[in-house]
Amino acid sequence: MSNSSSGNVGIVIVSHSAKIAEGAADMVRQMVGNAVPLAWTGGDPEGGLGTNVAGILEAIEVAWSPAGVAILVDLGGAETNSEMAVEMLTEDRRARVVVCNAPVVEGAVIAATESSGGSSLTAVQRSAEEFYA
Amino acid sequence: MHDTNASRASAFVPLTASAVLVNPVGLHARPSVKLTQCAKRFAAAIEIALAAAGPWTDAKSPVKVMRVKAPQGAMLYFRVAGSDGDAALAAVLALVHDGFGEA
Repeated sequence: MSNSSSGNVGIVIVSHSAKIAEGAADMVRQMVGNAVPLAWTGGDPEGGLGTNVAGILEAIEVAWSPAGVAILVDLGGAETNSEMAVEMLTEDRRARVVVCNAPVVEGAVIAATESSGGSSLTAVQRSAEEFYA
Repeated sequence: MHDTNASRASAFVPLTASAVLVNPVGLHARPSVKLTQCAKRFAAAIEIALAAAGPWTDAKSPVKVMRVKAPQGAMLYFRVAGSDGDAALAAVLALVHDGFGEA
């Protein structure tokens, strides 16, 4: 998990598997670079497969940017827990966090690419969601 | 010089150029990301195509650029329009000639 102090949109990767989340984050760092705040979370607190709200909230905190945060998720609980985490944010922050309807790995790379060029949260989300367009 | 300024004052006349993709696997994921990152640094509209007549693809969209699936050896055409079009075209061509830093 690493942050950068840039004003670019932050990216959060949420997978049921910590390995997938970490691997996707590795791809973002290697392909896109360090100009984007990035954090990942995966697995349940016992180390098994799953997602948890606390871990997602922590990742949002790590990747926080004034420009907002785009969350990429894999299946089911990753999405519902991410939405729950967003609900728990302060009202001010809640408006600047989106859960993208995009594949987790590809979406993370594309969202980060868009963010690295200084694009808005709306543009970052739109670009990631082009995969299903 | 006057001609150039006159044309730019109205609508930017698109600049075009082409270059051969020299990097081993063509315009795959990593080069696509580099190309879009480069293109986004410019205000100019930048498009790519695999033929001089198009169809044209927005070079600032990583998803669209990857969908072009340009292979190694392909001729990549650029069409650029904007106030910083000269610099933008030079930058993207340099990237292709350089094999996106991985040739």
